[in-house]
Amino acid sequence: MDKFTTLTGIAAPMPLVNIDTDMIIPKQFLKTIKRSGLGVNLFDEMRYDRDGNEIADFVLNQPAYRNAEVLVAGDNFGCGSSREHAPWALLDFGIRCVISTSFADIFFNNCFKNGILPITLPQEAVDVLMDDARKGANARMTVDLENQTVSTSDGVEFHFDIDPFRKHCLLNGLDDIGLTMEKAPSIDSYEDQMAQARPWV
Amino acid sequence: MTNPATPRTLYDKIWDAHVVDRSDDGTCLLYIDRHLVHEVTSPQAFEGLRMTGRKVRAPERTIAVPDHNVPTTLDRQNGIDNPESRIQVDALDRNAREFGVNYYPVNDIRQGIVHIVGPEQGWTLPGMTVVCGDSHTATHGAFGALAHGIGTSEVEHVLATQTLIQSKSRNMKVEITGRLAPGVTAKDVVLRIIAETGTAGGTGHVIEYCGEAIRNLSMEGRMTICNMAIEGGARAGLIAPDETTFNYVKGRAHAPKGAQWEAAVAWWKTLFSDAEAHWDKVVTIRGEDIEPTVTWGTSPEDALPISARVPAPEDFAGGKIDAARRSLDYMDLKPGTELTDISIDAVFIGSCTNGRIEDLRAAADVLRGRKLANGVRGMVVPGSGLVRAQAEEEGLDQVFLDAGFEWRLAGCSMCLGMNPDQLSPGERCAATSNRNFEGRQGYKGRTHLMSPAMAAAAGVVGHLTDVRQLMAQTV
Repeated sequence: MDKFTTLTGIAAPMPLVNIDTDMIIPKQFLKTIKRSGLGVNLFDEMRYDRDGNEIADFVLNQPAYRNAEVLVAGDNFGCGSSREHAPWALLDFGIRCVISTSFADIFFNNCFKNGILPITLPQEAVDVLMDDARKGANARMTVDLENQTVSTSDGVEFHFDIDPFRKHCLLNGLDDIGLTMEKAPSIDSYEDQMAQARPWV
Repeated sequence: MTNPATPRTLYDKIWDAHVVDRSDDGTCLLYIDRHLVHEVTSPQAFEGLRMTGRKVRAPERTIAVPDHNVPTTLDRQNGIDNPESRIQVDALDRNAREFGVNYYPVNDIRQGIVHIVGPEQGWTLPGMTVVCGDSHTATHGAFGALAHGIGTSEVEHVLATQTLIQSKSRNMKVEITGRLAPGVTAKDVVLRIIAETGTAGGTGHVIEYCGEAIRNLSMEGRMTICNMAIEGGARAGLIAPDETTFNYVKGRAHAPKGAQWEAAVAWWKTLFSDAEAHWDKVVTIRGEDIEPTVTWGTSPEDALPISARVPAPEDFAGGKIDAARRSLDYMDLKPGTELTDISIDAVFIGSCTNGRIEDLRAAADVLRGRKLANGVRGMVVPGSGLVRAQAEEEGLDQVFLDAGFEWRLAGCSMCLGMNPDQLSPGERCAATSNRNFEGRQGYKGRTHLMSPAMAAAAGVVGHLTDVRQLMAQTV
């Protein structure tokens, strides 16, 4: 997993609420057995018509946002399925940070496993960032994970909260599995106890 | 860990019983009792194990079954036409055998939707932790098991370590008091709950469903409720185990037997929320107030009683105004239209929400002696091979065939259209599944969620309708 430290980039505005995982990456693209290559199908049914032509007014098709690295989105982003293809598609497109008033739990978790930073902020802050994102390619937002801040192109700064363990993993690009395997003795002893206490499990 | 002397919720108790390790910041390493695996969200996880030389730590706790991609037509033993689907199903087959996990291949009669197979085979038991790379894992909460969906990275984590790194969610109680009116089912209850709480209402919470109306539900009805906990945004849904649960579990292939059964039941009986337990959020709904309920839009929260009219965007506030406008446009509906005036083209009965035997019975009861309206196509897809066999033993297959439905083999089918079962653009479907998202059942397909009885009734009259009115007429 790539580290996430600071990011200065173009932010794309997607004010729609309840953007679900079927919108982010429709089911026909879940048939891959790889993690990569999904960026071209990110938001596929919003982004292309049936013949595969780009729909010009969709935000990521507009010249200003084709290289967006941040998404500023409406409430409850990522609701729906557990498909990690959703963050894989975002990452493959080049999105490293999503900002919203709230995220669905599983999507939120999946982001951290892939070096994407989901930031939850109050409505007033998201409104300011959304307006900044609407300014297009000349307005670059800055995200600083170490200091837990997001700043608009005008320098308006917002502080965000993040779970310390997740921050640590993201800053250092750490693999959870390796960390957990160091705790194998605790897992062994839990299993031994449970074999006595709940042998039917 | 919570001090056992302080009152705890059911969620607190199951959580406490599974903590392997706790960090200073409160993050816990939680032991996972059952890991269900299907073909869509697992190939990258098994590949990750191969690349790092890791093994599956507890293959005996891991259960694999293909469901999302499998065709449901009778000729599927001849293989899968779509090359990508075939590759995924073949990959699961290879991974299951190589890593030695429990496995029900496509042609095994026990194959079916993973969330129907787990309970059916007795893998799901009260007080367990159950995960799967699928958001509808919440289904297993009906047994009083802490069950939730995970992403593929976490699938790999569980395969390798049989644990998950978790922070605790908050406790939410949803109480349905009193009794449900005749003709009102578990599906109507859960749609009503989501209409009330919204699709983000449960975010960050584990919901416990309780109250007399929940207690009176069968295990299958309870599974329908918990299945859609995720549609309300909750991490998991739970229903405390009771005699209904124990009776359902007893005698199943992987349920405990003999002295172990007695010991298990003794522990399971301690799994309830203490009277003084703390709730972060409480929602109470009178069971008597719930009507047969359907969705009109493209979010499960867009649910209304069948007696209502299609709302207008201005009926909402904030970002939902634009979302409602987009939904109405996608669904091609005009504000003010009676829901019962919405005509349909297709009926889908099946899915992990409503693909069990009681669901098929409820639909068949409506369809006996009746036929699909002209121009409406219908498909019944049992949730597992065993559900299909049971339905055939009861003669339900003939009821469906006589009514003009197709009678299919088990799989996820048209719930998410990863297989050949899909809606055409513009086609409108009365569906017993769980998501009415744009494109979910097929590109530009339009989904109205409802109970099996309501979907069957819509098929008969050709438009959304109150099943109670149809059933009041003699055939």
